[in-house]
Amino acid sequence: MSNKNTFNLIIAGYGGQGVLTMAKIIAYAAMFAGYDVKQAELHGLAQRGGSLICQVRFGKKVYSPLIRQGNADLIIGLEILETLHACYYADKNKTIILANSEFYNPYLFEQKGIDSQKIIKDIKSFGLKTELISASKIIKKVIKDTAMINTFMTSYAVEKKLLPIREKFILQAMKEKFRKIFWEDNLKVFQIAKLTAKNK
Amino acid sequence: MDPVLKNTKKELLLGNEAIVRGALEVGLSFATTYPGTPASEVGNVLAKIAKKLGIYFEFSTNEKVALETAAGAAFSGLPAMVSLKHYGLNVALDSLLPLIYLECPLVVVVADDPGSWSSIQTEQDSRWISRLGHLPTLEPSDSQEAKEMTKYAFKLTKKYKIPVLIRLTTRVCHTRSLVKYGKIFPTKKKGNFYKTKNLSATGSLPTIERHKNLLSKIKEIEKSELLKTKLNKIFKDNSNKVGIIASGVSYYYAKEAINEIGINLPILKIGFSYPFPKDITKKFIKNLEKVLIVEETDAIIEYEIRQIAKNVNPKLKIYGKDLLPQIGEMRPEYVLVALSKILNKSLPKNLVNNQKYFKLQKIEKRLPNLCPGCPHRATFWIVKKALGKNKIFAGDIGCYLLGALPPYKMADYIVAMGASVGLSHGVSKSTGKKPVIFIGDSTFFHAGIPALINTVFNKSDVLIIILDNRITAMTGHQPHPGTGITGLGEKTKALKIEEVVQSCGVDSVEVINVYNINESIVKVKKAYQKKGISVVVAKGECRLLTVRKLARIGVRTPKFEIFRQSPNLEILKDFGCPAIRKHKGKYYIDENVCWGCGVCRQIFPKNIRLKK
Repeated sequence: MSNKNTFNLIIAGYGGQGVLTMAKIIAYAAMFAGYDVKQAELHGLAQRGGSLICQVRFGKKVYSPLIRQGNADLIIGLEILETLHACYYADKNKTIILANSEFYNPYLFEQKGIDSQKIIKDIKSFGLKTELISASKIIKKVIKDTAMINTFMTSYAVEKKLLPIREKFILQAMKEKFRKIFWEDNLKVFQIAKLTAKNK
Repeated sequence: MDPVLKNTKKELLLGNEAIVRGALEVGLSFATTYPGTPASEVGNVLAKIAKKLGIYFEFSTNEKVALETAAGAAFSGLPAMVSLKHYGLNVALDSLLPLIYLECPLVVVVADDPGSWSSIQTEQDSRWISRLGHLPTLEPSDSQEAKEMTKYAFKLTKKYKIPVLIRLTTRVCHTRSLVKYGKIFPTKKKGNFYKTKNLSATGSLPTIERHKNLLSKIKEIEKSELLKTKLNKIFKDNSNKVGIIASGVSYYYAKEAINEIGINLPILKIGFSYPFPKDITKKFIKNLEKVLIVEETDAIIEYEIRQIAKNVNPKLKIYGKDLLPQIGEMRPEYVLVALSKILNKSLPKNLVNNQKYFKLQKIEKRLPNLCPGCPHRATFWIVKKALGKNKIFAGDIGCYLLGALPPYKMADYIVAMGASVGLSHGVSKSTGKKPVIFIGDSTFFHAGIPALINTVFNKSDVLIIILDNRITAMTGHQPHPGTGITGLGEKTKALKIEEVVQSCGVDSVEVINVYNINESIVKVKKAYQKKGISVVVAKGECRLLTVRKLARIGVRTPKFEIFRQSPNLEILKDFGCPAIRKHKGKYYIDENVCWGCGVCRQIFPKNIRLKK
């Protein structure tokens, strides 16, 4: 962990993708692992499909709930346009960016000419290392819909050791925080993400 | 089990949840609120746990009533608390100010929203109200402090017989951090009201007498509490000539900045900010050459310091809002930049780099939307089809304020809870035109009724559309007087909006089912044609609520599909459902997004069908 022993994680996505849940799971896992934790989130109207960034900081002693601009250790993006927004926090010499490479057009109805390949190129220019993965394509193989990208990305980051928290703490937090009816599907997604990470 | 009730040594809590835990640890017995983000979770958590603990809790019809109700409990000897968002405190202010004179032992929690993350009106700094009303005020920096200060607030309010304000900001309300748990204190189930002249004595003499008492009480608090409290504290008291004074979450941004620069600067942390702690401030600034003041949002502490420094250290260089923004929320990088400037230090490379390159990046913005299947979208569509786009449209506070955004753009003004009605009445009287008002169910009960009565009384000419989605949706699905359920989860009378409207004297009242498009269009047209005040109650349950109800019983929402392409489908662009998309000239419905309201099928019955 850099920056005087505090790990700085940004989670970016849009309202409805499970950004809040993911931040909460990781924050709880960090607590179970014995760290001091601060996790900043936003509620209310901004969530109705709009851009959403959550922050999780953990370490021996955490002061600010907000990460300072340009000082993230890891950015996990659930969608690429939102990942680019989160590059406000990126450091060319430090930040690892792990992003779901799928693009969800921010405009209603029609795809306006947004070049998703250019977005990916721009994201790469902000971080030390960028890892892209098409999450929902893989998720579709194990469950009915394409939800739970949040669980996929969490599991992937843990398996790749990008997120310095042990798997057992993440699973413990998931088990405690997810509703029972969603637990099984989440576990399936968690396992397929783990497998994907191993083979990649 | 709710995290605030866990039998554990420490727990991750939002600042709002920590307020509740703190209150439980001193025997909270009575709590009220009207939902408002960023304060919402205080009420939401209480709604879940109050009954079990024997606490009385209610969602009141508005903040003024909420505060008055809690004050009634406080006068009856129960530990009582009201929680509000910043504008909510404004609504309640009329009663709060006299309650301070009347020695009401009430804890008031207010959540300001610097950065306007969940608010559209203003970036109000509620600490001005502390000064307006002589209201002792505490400013926690994180969840642990939120809990501790709540406990302290209950002690203060009892000891000095005065309301106490706990002032939060978004990043305190909505940050999870670790909280050490104490024991939950049993609630007091029954209060006693003692008849006394003190509450009812009227006339200018008693008022002046009370004012005098209040000011001497504030003096007493300054002398006794402020001298011994640990909420105002000097850290790293050393010989360094540059210091920082900070309150709330800004204190932690200052800590981070100091750590990054690597110089041990002294900090004065202000936790008890009204009455202002003059003595510790004098001691702190006496030998400094420069001081940086970090606070959200206005320069309130800065103003106090400037006054104190005049006598104690006139040469002191005071930095505050000249280096830090007064607009938007405080951020760690702003404090780092300001402090580096004062100390003449260079900025970290990764900050400089990001500042340079990220600024150049042009990124498309993702605006918030009404949910797929939202009844408000159907209502906007109906009204647009019935009346066109060129009427004067008034918006109000609720999810439907998103009707101001494309593709509808049907809100010419949005001001404050219930303000749509009064404002439109004024516009109508001045222009002779007939504005169309969109106001939600909870907002109507909150502040719409007096304004509605005014339109009848003063012979207005407006069309009021009350969007009845059966819940207070935007703040997270709290019940209201039309829901039939109280904050404690008990059954109660469900007021019918159309009956309320009728009893206010409105003759033209029409009820529509917004999921029945064609019939609703006809009814809205007719309602508009009537001279004078007419009301349409647009019924349609919040789709998110419907979907959640269905999920609970294991039912998946139906999905629709486009089975026949047609150039006419381009019209759906103006409908603005996030599930309906066009790709490479073909129209389709994203089944991961569709929540099955079926309005699009009503618009295009020959092209869209239920997906099997």
